[in-house]
Amino acid sequence: MSLFLIAALPFLGAVFPALLIRAGRNACSSAAGAVTLLALVGVLLHAPEVFRGETVTARAPWLPQLGMNANFFMDGLGFFFATMILGIGLLIIIYARHYLSREDPMGNFYTYLLLFQGAMVGIVLSDNILLLVVFWELTSLSSFLLIGYWRHLPAGRQGARMALAVTGGGGLALIGGMLLLGHAAGSYDLTTILERKDQIQASPLYVPALILILLGCFTKSAQFPFHFWLPHAMAAPTPVSAYLHSATMVKAGLFLMARLWPVLSGTDIWFYIVASIGMITMVLGAVIALFKDDLKALLAFSTVSHLGLITLLLGLGTEEAAMAAVFHIMNHATFKAALFMTAGIVDHEAHTRDIKRLGGLRVLMPVTFVLATVASLSMAGIPPLNGFLSKELMLDAAAHTIWNGSEWLFPVLATVGALFSAAYSFRYVVHTFLGPVRDDYPHKPHDPGIGMWLSPAILVLLVVAIGLFPEALAGEIVRTVTDAVIGGHGHYHELKIWHGVNTALIMSGIATVGGLILLALHRPLDVAWLAAPRPEAKVIFDACIGALIRAARAVTDTLHDGALSRYAAIFTLFTVGLGVYAFSTGEIGEATRPMNRIEVLPLIVWFCLIGATACVVAFHRYRVIALVIMAIIGLVVTLGFNYFSAPDLALTQLSVEVVTIILLLLALNFMPKRTPIESSPGRRLRDAVLSIGAGVGVGLLLYAILTRDFAFPSISEYHLANSYKGGGGHNVVNVILVDFRGFDTFGEIIVLGIAAVVIFALTEAILRTSVRAKLLNRKPDWPVAGDSHPLMMVVVTRLMMPVALMVAAYIFFRGHNEPGGGFIAGLIAAIAIVMQYMASGFSWAAARQHFPYHGIIGSGVLVAAVTGMGAWLNDKPFLTSDYGYIHIPGLEKFEWATAALFDVGVFLAVVGAVLLALESLSRYAWRPNTDSPYPMDINPARDDPRGGRED
Amino acid sequence: MSHWIILPIVLPALLAPFILMVIRHHLDLQRIFSVAGTVALLGIATGLLAHAATGDITVYELGDWPAPFGIVLVLDRLSGLMVFLTAVLALAVLLYAIWTGWDDRGRHFHALFQFQLMGVLGAFLTGDAFNLFVFFEVLLIASYGLMIHSGGAHRLHAGVQYVAYNLIGSTLFLFALGTIYAVTGTLNMADLAVKVAEMPAEDTALIRVAAVLLLLVFSVKAAVLPLHFWLPGSYGNAPGPVAALFAIMTKVGVYSVLRMYTLVFGPQVEATQGLASNWLIYAALLTVAAGTIGVLGSRRMMRMAAFGTIGSTGTLMVAVSLFTQDTAAAAIYYMIHSTFAAGLMFLVADLVVERQGDSIRPYQPMPHGGTISVLFFAAAIAVAGMPPLSGFVGKLLVLDAARDSAQAVLVWSVILITSFCAILGFARAGSLVFWKSHDDNEPDSEEIADAEVPPDPRAVKLPVAPPRLPFVPAFALLGVLVLLTVFAGPVMTYTGKTAEQLYNPQTYIDTVLKGTGS
Repeated sequence: MSLFLIAALPFLGAVFPALLIRAGRNACSSAAGAVTLLALVGVLLHAPEVFRGETVTARAPWLPQLGMNANFFMDGLGFFFATMILGIGLLIIIYARHYLSREDPMGNFYTYLLLFQGAMVGIVLSDNILLLVVFWELTSLSSFLLIGYWRHLPAGRQGARMALAVTGGGGLALIGGMLLLGHAAGSYDLTTILERKDQIQASPLYVPALILILLGCFTKSAQFPFHFWLPHAMAAPTPVSAYLHSATMVKAGLFLMARLWPVLSGTDIWFYIVASIGMITMVLGAVIALFKDDLKALLAFSTVSHLGLITLLLGLGTEEAAMAAVFHIMNHATFKAALFMTAGIVDHEAHTRDIKRLGGLRVLMPVTFVLATVASLSMAGIPPLNGFLSKELMLDAAAHTIWNGSEWLFPVLATVGALFSAAYSFRYVVHTFLGPVRDDYPHKPHDPGIGMWLSPAILVLLVVAIGLFPEALAGEIVRTVTDAVIGGHGHYHELKIWHGVNTALIMSGIATVGGLILLALHRPLDVAWLAAPRPEAKVIFDACIGALIRAARAVTDTLHDGALSRYAAIFTLFTVGLGVYAFSTGEIGEATRPMNRIEVLPLIVWFCLIGATACVVAFHRYRVIALVIMAIIGLVVTLGFNYFSAPDLALTQLSVEVVTIILLLLALNFMPKRTPIESSPGRRLRDAVLSIGAGVGVGLLLYAILTRDFAFPSISEYHLANSYKGGGGHNVVNVILVDFRGFDTFGEIIVLGIAAVVIFALTEAILRTSVRAKLLNRKPDWPVAGDSHPLMMVVVTRLMMPVALMVAAYIFFRGHNEPGGGFIAGLIAAIAIVMQYMASGFSWAAARQHFPYHGIIGSGVLVAAVTGMGAWLNDKPFLTSDYGYIHIPGLEKFEWATAALFDVGVFLAVVGAVLLALESLSRYAWRPNTDSPYPMDINPARDDPRGGRED
Repeated sequence: MSHWIILPIVLPALLAPFILMVIRHHLDLQRIFSVAGTVALLGIATGLLAHAATGDITVYELGDWPAPFGIVLVLDRLSGLMVFLTAVLALAVLLYAIWTGWDDRGRHFHALFQFQLMGVLGAFLTGDAFNLFVFFEVLLIASYGLMIHSGGAHRLHAGVQYVAYNLIGSTLFLFALGTIYAVTGTLNMADLAVKVAEMPAEDTALIRVAAVLLLLVFSVKAAVLPLHFWLPGSYGNAPGPVAALFAIMTKVGVYSVLRMYTLVFGPQVEATQGLASNWLIYAALLTVAAGTIGVLGSRRMMRMAAFGTIGSTGTLMVAVSLFTQDTAAAAIYYMIHSTFAAGLMFLVADLVVERQGDSIRPYQPMPHGGTISVLFFAAAIAVAGMPPLSGFVGKLLVLDAARDSAQAVLVWSVILITSFCAILGFARAGSLVFWKSHDDNEPDSEEIADAEVPPDPRAVKLPVAPPRLPFVPAFALLGVLVLLTVFAGPVMTYTGKTAEQLYNPQTYIDTVLKGTGS
């Protein structure tokens, strides 16, 4: 079976349990089991090749630019792990079918389990270290789901988050490490990397890569000081614990250390880090395990301890130690999975896992007792079980290790570890199963059905069989795997029980006897242990994470507290700073333009401008006054445009001023007349300094610009030359607006239209709330004028209307050659209509106005767009204009450009936008069915097909 | 004469006024036309992408005026890609808005939506600096309208901040353009590239100021620290689908930096040396940090998604601000990812908000909770940049491309450590909202503070069964992310060639100024 298929099967199969759960729990579990079995068979089919020492490969490009490819290979190590993952996975699936209760969503469980299984298989079969990282992080994510499976348990959620934080975080370090390793090796392909030991170890990247990779491995394999997550992951259902902590998740770290052993090991730094951490973890885990009362917690710390043992062996860097590591990985997987399952059985039957509430189960659960005892004794290292064999190998390796000149340190520590290990193994059996039968179990226990004890039984069979016939059953595979680990052919001793009386046997004997003594002394020791102060990992972890979250909140909430003035202050400061930096690091050329002579009249107007601006600052809390002064500023700017020979701009500015002031006055009608003081004097000082600084900066920039010529000929020369020739108009400004850069104008009228539509939508949104009622019922803070529609004003505005419209038309038509155009004309026409609304009231004016404003805006944009598209018929680009001359008898011949049609669009959009904005603002004051005293009342429902009903 | 290139702008520009003028009172018709228009847009965008993929640069001279005197639209690999991204995201978001009924909670959603598309697409296609400003205005005002769609005090308040802050940015844009024109006498980007490269060495101060102001304007749009302050409030309070659409808006800023700082102010240009390379990378790294810290520190779903967007865009800016061809290729890949991942995250957040409210706190089991939690899990994986989705691939590409830069160690540390923050934040939020049921009295030790978070008053009380159809666009976005992961190789080939085109701008310049493409 192709390796692609093997790796993909669990992922593809993960769909089935989730779907088939509707067909029943048996269908669900069978599907999961079948998928796993199929993948397992696929792996086993490759056994002959693997035992011949060949590697099976499957390669496909994925992201060759990065060197990340879907390359898989299977050698002895991969085969060994894949078999273990899938084999034990199958047993777990059988076990879980009977373990989970009816309330547990079994479909989810098997889906998560298969996802996790796929990720594990992916790790061990990857031939590309980046692909390996992908699967690595996938195990973190899927184990998060598995550990948190019982979502109603706080312990489950916290354990899941803790596991994800530690292993996922370690995975991030691993990403960095793998990228460095790949760079040092010049390839991300494992098979290539494994051949480049010297190149990698000579690289300056070796040490950082090693440390980052080991961080990944140690977090995953729960090595000190990252061991704390593993016991908390025990909140998961027992099948999950049995799977994750015997054969899979925690072994991933060991796998990676074994996989990279040929290139990373053999240096001092490897030895001192890996072997020392392994030793510490082994001893520490074993000591803590002895004092745990929860069966699963005891097993969890024993797992930590055994993982430390294997890490220690890998860290020693010798062939014998590597072989011992491989052998112990196999043995640990068998007895530990069996032990977890027996713990699960006890929990399932007695409804407690607390060792102090148990005892005497030997009589009540004989089958479970036998299974647990055999597995425990193997864990304790008692012959003739498989745990004894690999523990002997470990003790032998430790006995020959010199650590920093000390010959006795490692042997002693190893013996201590083994001693505690024996003690907790004995305790697991003695305190749970031996002793008198009690009558206070939470639930009367008895042996479960075969479905639950079959899986551990198979494993226990293996424990015994491998123990009795190690060479026949495991010798070949252990040597093949070890060859793969060390990347060559090693010379190994045969696996056998009896090596004669040697150091290891003596150490083993000490450990066993010592273990029994410790167990006998357990009660006083336990009291002392519980009384002694010891750091509680979870408390520390929670405190750290809690502090992190609080800090993150504090930083986030302080920085983003919604104070616009501070945001703007930072913006200004940053901009000015960078602007000054940019300016000062460049060279400024000489001023090339002479200064204009300063004349008296403009000087006076200039002082008006300055004075008015200062007044806005001084009076900005009085909104109406500020608005009036702003109108003055607008007028001065208009004069300025005119003075500097820009009549088009002057006209535009003037009409824009009129319209905006009217709209703003209308808006002010609904607002308080004064702005309250909101900021402290210090903050106002800060703002003053910043804004003066920014203003001075802009002023200096403008001065520099105005006193210098273009560095290159400007495009405006072309515009001047081609305005009439190409655009058919003498007014270059207008030709630029409707022709050269008509597309900009097209965008801008859309902006205007959108603005009006947004005002309308906003008004609708606000009118649905209680705001309107508040507005209507508020007491005006100024006296209201008695006469809403003064007769004089009504008469004058009605007389003015045709004149104003005429002016608009005039401005429009002359636009292409003289100052004017659609934009200005639109504003003037809008003003003509607005005057009617102001003078005669909205009801009167609206009743005489038959075009909905939305439609006017829309038609304006459409006319402009369709004019632009007209050029397509001529096979010219959008907005290409044409012009010609029209002769009408009695009139002088005149010129007609398509750009004028475009200008009509501009005109309509402007008129519509202004009026829609006006209407929207007026609606705040509108009252249904009453003659409004306000000048700008309107029935908003007048173009609503649903009629005049208020919503 | 091919007019295809302008269709992405003209189509929504016709559709929106048509909706306003003719069918503004008929929501069903608006929906039909809006969806049909967006589907057509996607078709056009696909065609344009296919054309751009040939490596051809197409120039469209508006009004038939030759560059640099008129305005040109330019289609190259980058703009083609961006138009395509926009169209895909827009269709998903539009369908979501329709199926959740969001478009019915205020006025003129569809018209504003089309105008928004026009603004975004115009910004991607234009080859003229001032025209870019115009489209920035279009998309700003339309986005403001969309942002405050359906109203509400929080939303209006945030909307004021949004529009005020961005108007300051627009003012700065005008200053920059004025200075640029005053110095070079031109506004066409290709022409600017020629002129800026020829700037005399003794007269660079003004163009430098203009260049840096322009960069600041784009940084505002891309929400680079310390110019990002507008984003959390506005995205966090916008309607869910609108925020999802806004995922493309930060990319407008990033796109503009990529465009202007390769074409006009490229790394080889003497006059503007050291303007972007000195600070932008650090600002981008701080942005990543601020974003992920925000994810960890958020109390509300939408706000968390907003900070996720900041972090994601920050990572993108890190890659952009290293200013090499390799990092640009990685950046463009990450840009695709970031757009869809952020879009998805906002849709998922909205699904939760619609059912339970915005606060990150334990709830009673919600309708469709299982499906939503799957989506949330996937979106969180994508935004945090974990395997197996494209965020991880993108992050690897960025890390790999940053390897040779002087700041490599810093970039690696920041990106890896902040990923950890994001994982923590999302895991925490997800397990609280989806796992912890309300009647569970035993508080998690680190979650005690959450008891203080009051229920969200804005929670919409839904009728009995919320619709299922909104899941379709959400899963579609997830599907896009999966495709982006599976076909990372071919996509990276495209982005690699895109970066190559960007960093060898001579063809672009020649094509625009000689108008050979039209």
